[in-house]
Amino acid sequence: MNPVHSLLCGGLQGYILVALLLFVIGLFTVLNRRSALMQFMGVELMLNSANVALLAFARFRGGDVQGTVFYLFIIAVAACEAAVGLALVVGLFRHRQTTDTDRADALKQ
Amino acid sequence: MLKLAWLIPILPLLGCAFNGLLGRKAGKAAVTVVALGVMLGSLALAGLAFFAAKAAPGGRLDLFYFDWVAVGHLKVPFGLVIDPLSSVMALVITGIGTLIHLYSVGYMWEEEGYARYFCYLNLFVFFMLLLVLGSSLPLLFVGWEGVGLCSYLLIGYYFETDFAPAAGLKAFLFNRVGDLGMTMGMLALFAAFGTLTVSEILVQAGHLAPEAAVGVLTFATLMMFVGATGKSAQIPLFLWLPDAMAGPTPVSALIHAATMVTSGIYLICRLAPVFVLTPITLTTVAWVGGATALFAATIGLFQRDIKKVLAYSTVSQLGYMFLGLGTAGFAAGFLHLFTHAWFKALLFLGAGSVIHGMHHQQDLFKMGGLKAKMPITFITMLIATLCIMGFPGTSGFFSKDEILYLTYLKSPVLYVMGLAGAACTAFYMWRLMGLAFWGTPRDHHAYDHCHESPATMTIALSVLAVGALLAGLLGIPKVWGGTFAIEGWLEPALTYGRAGAEPAAEAGSAGLAWGLMALSTTVAIASGLTGFLIYRKGTASEEAFALKFPGLYRVLANKYYLDEGVEAFLLAPVRWVSNLLWKFFDVIIIDGVGLNLPGAVTRVAGDLTARAQTGRVRNYALGMAAGAVLLLWIFLK
Repeated sequence: MNPVHSLLCGGLQGYILVALLLFVIGLFTVLNRRSALMQFMGVELMLNSANVALLAFARFRGGDVQGTVFYLFIIAVAACEAAVGLALVVGLFRHRQTTDTDRADALKQ
Repeated sequence: MLKLAWLIPILPLLGCAFNGLLGRKAGKAAVTVVALGVMLGSLALAGLAFFAAKAAPGGRLDLFYFDWVAVGHLKVPFGLVIDPLSSVMALVITGIGTLIHLYSVGYMWEEEGYARYFCYLNLFVFFMLLLVLGSSLPLLFVGWEGVGLCSYLLIGYYFETDFAPAAGLKAFLFNRVGDLGMTMGMLALFAAFGTLTVSEILVQAGHLAPEAAVGVLTFATLMMFVGATGKSAQIPLFLWLPDAMAGPTPVSALIHAATMVTSGIYLICRLAPVFVLTPITLTTVAWVGGATALFAATIGLFQRDIKKVLAYSTVSQLGYMFLGLGTAGFAAGFLHLFTHAWFKALLFLGAGSVIHGMHHQQDLFKMGGLKAKMPITFITMLIATLCIMGFPGTSGFFSKDEILYLTYLKSPVLYVMGLAGAACTAFYMWRLMGLAFWGTPRDHHAYDHCHESPATMTIALSVLAVGALLAGLLGIPKVWGGTFAIEGWLEPALTYGRAGAEPAAEAGSAGLAWGLMALSTTVAIASGLTGFLIYRKGTASEEAFALKFPGLYRVLANKYYLDEGVEAFLLAPVRWVSNLLWKFFDVIIIDGVGLNLPGAVTRVAGDLTARAQTGRVRNYALGMAAGAVLLLWIFLK
């Protein structure tokens, strides 16, 4: 099986590649965007890339249930975290009338 | 009686507590009643204790109350000893103390802080009794320090003035030097005997062979003597006593003449069986005492302040007591302590009466002609003057002549010093009397308002005068047909614990005794008469003398520039070194290198690292990502 075939037709590398792409996109979103909301979405992307990787590994280990359970936990925790994170963004906006994180630098002074 | 002995010191303490805590509210009458009442009670109990001790076997009572300190080998009992020495001392303290309390009622009635004054005075009596009656050296030391504290408080009684607190501080600092010696002496005695209980020390010392352990004992007794020079104002630690005259005059009489300053003599008498084992110490004591007796007497010659004359006189008389002790004549030294307590307290109270009458005028040159105005003060002071100059038949005559006689047997040089001191004593006392009571008044305003003192003061003066005349009866010498009673009387205390034979009695004949007595009496009367005849007419001849010998006069009047010498050679270098330590060591080394340098380094490092803190979330996130990559690279490498 050549690598390209494997990549396109359901091999493990394909999933990892997708997870990697998702992670890098998420990372660059966090690093590039100044809006708290966008950075938050980047973080969620990175979390989901990890989920993709977990599920892919679980499947290619022969239906290992641990990976699936981990994924469920992460989804649950991410949901909670999303609530907290959105509340933080709202709080920031109330204080500064903006969601630009570069202006949330009160501790520096 | 035995069950009540602890009340002797405790009663004045109760008086002190009452006067200190409630005295201001209770009023002057209540303060007077309490202060005098506790003194009278204490005096009565001391009298009972005196007879109880006399009746007891061995002439002493050891009262044990509880173990005060018990650490390892060190066991210090809390107890009182009543023997001839301590009970006579206690009687002097409570007896003369009561009279001075009585006198103070009149003297201090108009002053601010009447209750505070009697609080301090009662506290002083408590500590002094503790010093005298305590059965162990640490207990004695508690009293020793306590009287120092009261002395400080009472010297600085007029705390609004500049000089009184400074004088109190000076007294405290000088005593601190002596107390260091005292502490070292106690430690050395503990090292030598393993106990600090006086009776145990004396018993062990009594069993020593004459040569045994002389080194450590000499050190211990010398250190004890250093303590005594501080408390009893001897060379080189005597400069505080003249300044102590800043306190109220009754305080000078009680603390700085009759009782506290004699505690050094008492200490040596208490430890007499140890001191007789150390001839080096005794010789030192004799020479220091003799030198002080003469030296202080010469300073007293030209003082203008009436209390300063008496202060130097006290230093000089204390020197005589040490001279007596140094010749191993402990009884003679103690007899002089006893007689001196009477006549010097009387002199101070008389001077206080004059000062009171003259509205706080202390300058002898501003007095004159007071004989008619203050007859009782005049007569009582005349008696005291006769006592201190050693007029035959008075108390000072017996005690001083006994000391001079023993001194002659020890060393004729010391005798000449003592005789010269006695001549100076007679001279300055008759100068004082002549200037104050004879002649014409030199300050007419003060003279016109002058009056005899109130009854509480004159009663105290009269009783003291009788005591001063009779105190010498204890020591009528053998050549006068007496028995020198005090020696046999104190013997149980002075030779306590001695196992071996008595040392041989001093040589010397009756003829020698008569000769020395005649010589010293002639010298004293001649010198006193000279002083009287010169100063009866006024101050003109002293002014003439000052013009004729300006150098000598200035040196004597300025007490040999000793205070200035201490300032220049002791205090100035200390101040210079302290300044150096402050400006260089403290400011530059400790504050600079030690504190500010690490502080500055930390601050600079903080400023530098703070640059990394941009406050931007994205930068931190980049840092985290870079860190994660780095970790990955490390682990997967």
